[in-house]
Amino acid sequence: MTPNSIPLKAPAQSVWRAPQLSRRFWPVFLRNLLVWRKLAIPSLVGNIAEPLMWLVAFGYGMGALVGTVKVGGTPVPYILFLASGSICMSAMQAASFEALYSAFSRMHVQKTWDGIMNAPVNLDDIVLAEMLWAAFKSLFTVTAILGVMLVLGISYSPKLLMAWPVLLGVGITFSCIALIFNALAKGYDFFTYYFTLFLTPMMFLSGIFFPIDQLPPVVRAVSEWLPLTNAVDLVRPMFMDQWPTNPLRHVGVLAAYAAGGFWLALALTRKRFQG
Amino acid sequence: MQSSILSVQNLRKSYGDATVVDGLSFGIQPGECLGVIGPNGAGKTTTIRLCLGLSVPDSGSITAFGLQMPHQALAIKAQLGVVSQLDTLDPDFTCAENLLVYGRYFGMKDADIKARIPALLEFASLTSKANAKPGELSGGMKRRLSLARALVNDPKLLLLDEPTTGLDPQARHLMWERLQLLLQQGKSILLTTHFMDEAERLCSRLLVLDHGKKIAEGAPRDLIAQHLEPDVVEVYGTGALALVDSPLKALAARLEVSGETVFFYTQDAHQLLEALKPYPQLRTLHRPANLEDLFLKLTGRQIREDA
Repeated sequence: MTPNSIPLKAPAQSVWRAPQLSRRFWPVFLRNLLVWRKLAIPSLVGNIAEPLMWLVAFGYGMGALVGTVKVGGTPVPYILFLASGSICMSAMQAASFEALYSAFSRMHVQKTWDGIMNAPVNLDDIVLAEMLWAAFKSLFTVTAILGVMLVLGISYSPKLLMAWPVLLGVGITFSCIALIFNALAKGYDFFTYYFTLFLTPMMFLSGIFFPIDQLPPVVRAVSEWLPLTNAVDLVRPMFMDQWPTNPLRHVGVLAAYAAGGFWLALALTRKRFQG
Repeated sequence: MQSSILSVQNLRKSYGDATVVDGLSFGIQPGECLGVIGPNGAGKTTTIRLCLGLSVPDSGSITAFGLQMPHQALAIKAQLGVVSQLDTLDPDFTCAENLLVYGRYFGMKDADIKARIPALLEFASLTSKANAKPGELSGGMKRRLSLARALVNDPKLLLLDEPTTGLDPQARHLMWERLQLLLQQGKSILLTTHFMDEAERLCSRLLVLDHGKKIAEGAPRDLIAQHLEPDVVEVYGTGALALVDSPLKALAARLEVSGETVFFYTQDAHQLLEALKPYPQLRTLHRPANLEDLFLKLTGRQIREDA
């Protein structure tokens, strides 16, 4: 024992401190990319087959019954209405799935994160890498679905080029939110709640299958603040070769969910790893 | 303490009411292998986590390579190699890919890592398994891959948390051989273990921990000489326990009873063995005192509730 050692006061490390992000997130992102490259094609089939079945069955089946839907006074074919909404839903689901089940496997089951933290990479950068990774995977899925939509001739709007970065933003938003639940999870079962209590109701309240004008005023007021509604309001006009009417508001809402979600997710993840 | 490669002073860490590390101080000199032994829950793994900055101490200081933990955690970890208790290998990657991906976390260039991989695999006796995934490896191979992975950045100091737990004797001996090789190369090692033969074989100095406190420190042989009589006679069989109150007691410096066995600690076993001859039904084992005796003397023979 050395009685005269300098006492070091434990730094007040609040889990709510600002994110300490650096370029060290990149090798972690690359790690996920390398695993995925081995499984990309089979996983792609799974990722796009289901949304496309929905689109074809509902779009053409229901579309024949419904005919056209009015968006901002403009009548559009139901298949176009549905396609422009469901692409946002696919972005949401792909990002959520990756940031929940897959990230949880790496964090909790395989202890991959623990191994990485023995190297000079801090937790903040790992969470950033996982967030961007889930967004990237979502973008990949969305790109494949967009490709099929082009083949089906659903829309040839040149503004779809702008929809692409917007959909990356949608992926980022939902991976940030999902990482909150990843940080809280004790097991995979927990994620079922998130999907059935949060994501599925949101799908029906965000104007994907029917216009939100159909909703009662109170529900509609809520709907306008949901991230998925704002995503659809940005992307749908672009499918119709128009610009969104209120782009700053929608981008602002998504950015707020993303920033708030990431901050909360990081704080909860730090708490989980503390001790 | 001046030349210590790692220096820990008055380290304290509590979780709720439980103090897990309680005023711990120690240092590691360059080229030294320091063994940390202690029962489960003694604070060994927590100490390692504190040294890695994964956990923040309530008080005390940790310095490594002249840098301060936890503020300079990343700079310290850049020079460390870590093998944790549980393997954290990537199951989706081959052995070679595991090394490549891990090297990237240190900011190493792919070309530099790839140049090191053959030597690392050879060191781990895994050259023929370069393209096998961890799931196809035996326990010993996995541990050696973990060790090779910890060496990817050519660290000065290795922190090894129970590196041989769960391995068969062959795999353990191979691991010891490799660790001795690393020590010959001038690397420093901090090793926690439950195997006293391992501690005695590898470590130049030992730290015995219990309840988060250092209860003994020194070279293995010195510790034994300091705390124990040189000879032990173990006696067991029908009637062994009756010896505790017999005149034979006087022939031993100290007696311990564990289950059905009586341990006589003595300066001279000869007289005792002679005196035991009239008891042919008793089985005796005469041996020199070892680290395990020391460990049990210092930390008790009782199984811990929380172990």
